[in-house]
Amino acid sequence: MFYLFSGIILICSLLTITTRRILRAAVYLLCVLLATAGLYFMLNYQFMAAVQLTLYAGGIVVLIIFSILLTHHISHRFKHPDLTKLVMGISAAAIGSGLVIATILSHKFVPGTAPELPVNMTEIGNQLLSTGKNGYVLPFELISILLLAAMIAAIVVAKKEKNKNSEI
Amino acid sequence: MSSNIYDFSKLTGSVHAWLSGLMSSGWVTFTELVLVGLVFLLLYALLGLFLVYLERKVCAIIQNRIGPNRVGKWGIIQTIADLVKLLLKELIPIRKSDPLLFNLAPFIVIICSFLAMAALPYAKGLQAIDFNIGVFYVMAVSSLSVVGILIAGWSSNSKYSLIGAMRSGAQIVSYELSVGLSLLAIVVFTGSMQLSTIVESQANGWWIFKGHIPAFISFVIFLIASTAEINRGPFDLAEAESELTAGFHTEYSGIKFAFFFLAEYMNMFIVSALGATVFLGGWMPFHIGNWEGFNHIMDFIPSAVWFFTKTFFIILIIMWFKWTFPRLRIDQLLTLEWKYLLPISLFNIVLIAFIVLMGWHF
Repeated sequence: MFYLFSGIILICSLLTITTRRILRAAVYLLCVLLATAGLYFMLNYQFMAAVQLTLYAGGIVVLIIFSILLTHHISHRFKHPDLTKLVMGISAAAIGSGLVIATILSHKFVPGTAPELPVNMTEIGNQLLSTGKNGYVLPFELISILLLAAMIAAIVVAKKEKNKNSEI
Repeated sequence: MSSNIYDFSKLTGSVHAWLSGLMSSGWVTFTELVLVGLVFLLLYALLGLFLVYLERKVCAIIQNRIGPNRVGKWGIIQTIADLVKLLLKELIPIRKSDPLLFNLAPFIVIICSFLAMAALPYAKGLQAIDFNIGVFYVMAVSSLSVVGILIAGWSSNSKYSLIGAMRSGAQIVSYELSVGLSLLAIVVFTGSMQLSTIVESQANGWWIFKGHIPAFISFVIFLIASTAEINRGPFDLAEAESELTAGFHTEYSGIKFAFFFLAEYMNMFIVSALGATVFLGGWMPFHIGNWEGFNHIMDFIPSAVWFFTKTFFIILIIMWFKWTFPRLRIDQLLTLEWKYLLPISLFNIVLIAFIVLMGWHF
């Protein structure tokens, strides 16, 4: 199963960047994210898998598809990129992946001896809001404030639009 | 208390033991996968056909008509005849469409509803997967079907489909919030997202009774928001016949159209089953506090009967909605969600958290 999922991830990632139709790229990206969720399910980390499904597949990809729907026509095709851009891009990708692979290969992985812990929702919730050791309350609050600011900003932007055309 | 309810895990356990005696463990797992798959496929097809028939009959009764009555007794084979007709129909390829995505979209929609069905508890001990995040899983999976609808609308290269898909996307994405928040209300009461735990916690009374008025409010919000999320009337803007011919599936024909149609009805079933499980106790019989005798009598009705009765009760309410209320405009639809339902459900969550904190619920 692992090879199946990783195969899907690899092939679809390649297809995402090689396809010339933008919506197909979005759908291949969706496949990549779904296969990643499948990997999380294999690890028995269902919470992470469901978050992956909701946030990435259900949220971000839908947003991407939505914006494509608004801006692109179906007959639109991307041109093949210039040779220099292609070479530059491939070399940058090669250097990046080379670094990552070198790091992974040089690191000695020791199989964990700790017993498998059940991922309990209550524990995740408590850990997220705990101020003690390994508590995540500070990042949690920071992200909440960031989100609040973004939401207020969105409302402000929407309000300006509303004043311009009084129709809606 | 509910000891004499038949436990289906005995049946599945004996099947497992029988198979284990016949073959090695790898093959046992494989055979069980195939068996479970076949059962779900059968359930899916039969329920889909029955729901279409039920919808036509309910609609007919509400509109003072007779409904299908020619094929079979009370027209009961009508939907099977329709299915055969749909299977035989020509699949029309659209020349200027995106063929890959055009063919992919129905499958995305139908796979999502299959995935959601897997986590529902049908009877005591009868549940394919019991995730510890059951409610969240069902929400996550059902939120994916909007991708299928958006792709279907875009790839058929027709303005009706595109507008239908856009409307449906905006609608599903916004109403998902209310569905999630109203389910969260019961999750706060139970303290668990596991569907089996939620059902077990209702052994001494369903949450809609135990949770005072806030639980009832969230049940009503759940009904409204889930009706909108499955694109059914009065929120069926995505396929408003009078303006958009058939919305996002205008260009689909034959069995591909049937897939969308079936998935829509099955989504209705899934939503109702989820509502029945979370608010109305799922397969748990109707129990009142400490009335041992009464509870004992109720236990004699099989748990699957309880589950399907409650589910069909909610389905009938949703159908009643569709044939009673006129269709909303898109701006009314979004106003209803963002200005009314969402603030109410947010306030409701705070109220419920307070009730749970003070220990006022039963």
